[in-house]
Amino acid sequence: MSITTRNWTAGLLAAVVAIPAANAAFVSSADAEEVVLRAVKHSALRVLDPIMTTAYMSRNHGYMIFDTLFALDENFEPQPQMVDTWEVSDDQLTWTFTLRDGLLFHDGELVTSDDVIASLRRWGERDAMGQELMRYTEEMNAVDDNTFEIVVSEPYGLMLESLGKPSSNVPFIMPQRLAETDSTEPIPEQIGSGPFVFVDEEFEPGAVAVYRKFEDYVPRDEEPSWMSGGKNVHVDRVEWVNIPDHGTALNSVISGEIDWMENPPWDLIAVAENAPNVVGRQLQPLGSQGMMRMNFLHPPLDDPKVRQAIMYAVEQESYMQALVGPPEYYEVCGAMFMCGTPLETDIGSAPLLEQDLDRARELLEESSYDGEPIVIMYPTDVITLSGYPPVTAQALEEAGFNVDLQATDWQTVVSRRASMDPPEEGGWHLFHTNWVGFDVANPIVSQGLVAGGREAAWFGWPDFPEFEELRRSFAAADGAEEQFAVAEQIQEQAYENVMYLPLGQYIEIAIFGDHLEGVLEGPAPIFWNIRKND
Amino acid sequence: MALYILRRLLAVIPVMLVVAVFVFLLIRLGPGDPAAQLAGDAATAEDIQRIRERLGLHLPIHVQFITWFGNILQGDLGMSIANNRPVSSLILARLEPTLMLTLTTIIFVVLVAVPLGAIAAWNHGRWIDRAVMAFSVLGFSIPVFVLAYILIYVFAMWLGVAPVQGFVSPTDSLYRFFAHIALPVLSLSTIYIALVARITRATVVETLGEDYIRTAYSKGVRDRDILLKHALRNSWVPVVTVIGISIAALIGGVVVTESVYNIPGLGRLTVDAVLASDYPVIQGLILVFSFTYVLINLVVDITYAALDPRIRY
Repeated sequence: MSITTRNWTAGLLAAVVAIPAANAAFVSSADAEEVVLRAVKHSALRVLDPIMTTAYMSRNHGYMIFDTLFALDENFEPQPQMVDTWEVSDDQLTWTFTLRDGLLFHDGELVTSDDVIASLRRWGERDAMGQELMRYTEEMNAVDDNTFEIVVSEPYGLMLESLGKPSSNVPFIMPQRLAETDSTEPIPEQIGSGPFVFVDEEFEPGAVAVYRKFEDYVPRDEEPSWMSGGKNVHVDRVEWVNIPDHGTALNSVISGEIDWMENPPWDLIAVAENAPNVVGRQLQPLGSQGMMRMNFLHPPLDDPKVRQAIMYAVEQESYMQALVGPPEYYEVCGAMFMCGTPLETDIGSAPLLEQDLDRARELLEESSYDGEPIVIMYPTDVITLSGYPPVTAQALEEAGFNVDLQATDWQTVVSRRASMDPPEEGGWHLFHTNWVGFDVANPIVSQGLVAGGREAAWFGWPDFPEFEELRRSFAAADGAEEQFAVAEQIQEQAYENVMYLPLGQYIEIAIFGDHLEGVLEGPAPIFWNIRKND
Repeated sequence: MALYILRRLLAVIPVMLVVAVFVFLLIRLGPGDPAAQLAGDAATAEDIQRIRERLGLHLPIHVQFITWFGNILQGDLGMSIANNRPVSSLILARLEPTLMLTLTTIIFVVLVAVPLGAIAAWNHGRWIDRAVMAFSVLGFSIPVFVLAYILIYVFAMWLGVAPVQGFVSPTDSLYRFFAHIALPVLSLSTIYIALVARITRATVVETLGEDYIRTAYSKGVRDRDILLKHALRNSWVPVVTVIGISIAALIGGVVVTESVYNIPGLGRLTVDAVLASDYPVIQGLILVFSFTYVLINLVVDITYAALDPRIRY
């Protein structure tokens, strides 16, 4: 062996030995100066306005940089967050709120009543619960910089629940100049008064979003509970990294490059839980609900008997097996307002829990159905949806329907479902989607229960004025007992009309390194209270 | 030559015009509605219509085209619908990772594949030739994502000598850049090494059978000089063609590699834009890709003339 060759060999060996040691340096060098929490979210952050869109990533972004007047705790009770004290007049028509002292926006300006009123107005234009509150609201006045009042036309039982609404759209408070932006346009700046500051210059849409701890944030003294209580931040920086490949994301958590992965596919959870130093936990307490939605505008689904025949033809268990698989991650649940909530009831749900093809055929026989194909939109590209349509198609065929299962992609479904045209002219009969549990947890937030027809209802456009009245009486109900009684009536009627079919309740497991301490449960992912240990 | 380059550059204009018209029309003929994507799942039809009007998507298609084309002529690619940011800044932010991945890969391919092909040709019919050809078949056969997962498992998860994912700019840290880019380059380059090595081998084998090579032998020229100065040099034209095609294919075809290794490049931006029906971004990207292809073709043609004195424009 020549000297040169020997030198090369020695150099190569040295390099191989040195690489693992150096590897640690490149993996963690960025963390040497500050505590960085890196998370892979379920999707990429794109729209930076949680009022303009209902996208969950925008809502999650909102919770980082904005704060709320009230917030839901683990007992489903709204607790004051930015609000210090509040009172309601004896006639229940005037609500007066006082903000906590020293609340600052990220630009150093004080949070004032004007900011709050403008923010609530913008939210009230877009959100179903906000619209309901605004329907009752006669005026909103700034009493002084720290105090504001909301005057309603008649007693409104969901005032605090509305102001503490936990999921899309959340009534986040932003500076008045931003809140005056048209609600169909994104706000031009990311200034809030929340526990994190958005680092705009490091934001790469679709790739990474970066947040820094807001040093001037004043947390509440109470213990954190879901979205309420003290929002104490123990890291310097949070990075939301978008890793489109689930396998890569999981490997990154195992290797320590990423601290947290929001919701890996169910088949990867076992892999993650078997890995050393990785923990899997359900963080979103209610989970999600699958939904089958029918189009009420066109035959044959404008006939209630046909819709009921579909309800008898299907059963939840089949959907959950097709979508989720392992039974520990789902539950059969007839409650439209989710199992595990104060409004949980199984009234009216029996036909959905056990398939009854004979009854389905009977109903079909009695109905106006004359064999036209039922157009089912089948998005094959979304793994959390693609399990549903084939199950529906098979059940409907067994019950005697002709089915036209149209394979497509989700973005086509999203645009096509807005079409009110007949199915043979580019419209549709039936599609499936999922909702986070908190978005269907009461009759006001649940879009599938809005029965205002073409003008006000969600896609499918059911039009039942009496049902709308009943739904609104929930908002006016006095106390939990009365609310529950109304909710029961609503659910019973909703099943009779087959407003939509809940397809089961499933949970998602977040995985994270066991070096994270203080990870909280909540309706949305929570990044305060977390300590990153060495 | 200068006149030729000028003529070719001027020819870019009608090409880009045709591309612009086709891209604009084809995207709008396809399914998808950016307003519906933007509004979110709980939005009503009325919400979506309001957003559509704000974005100008309700206007007749020719009006939309005139507005867009007018802006393009002023160098403005428009605003992203999904991200509300200038398309040019989105593309620029993603250009570096793709460019670095492509350039590093192509340099690696040339450094490995050309010698490999030349050695195989020189040893035509012997075991070394068969080994190179066997590697070539394997390189063609193995999908990029399979190789990527294997490399991640072996080097990142098992040996721990490379990171699983991510991109670091060489201007931030050269060491971390190479650490992060090593596995993606290995994954991506295998198929191109196979391709270029095969072409190089075939061309050199053919050249080695030429009369002037026999003459060189009979004059007593050294083997090394015959291979490097006579055979390989005269084989460059087809090899450069393949390298040019490879660069073009790489720029548009790094999507899988970028996704598996989480490299925030143009490939992922394209997929995201398509999924979000983000028309301005898709249009901007296709224009950039088309311009790049035209440019690469021009560079390849100029290289022909530099490599082969018989080629004159």
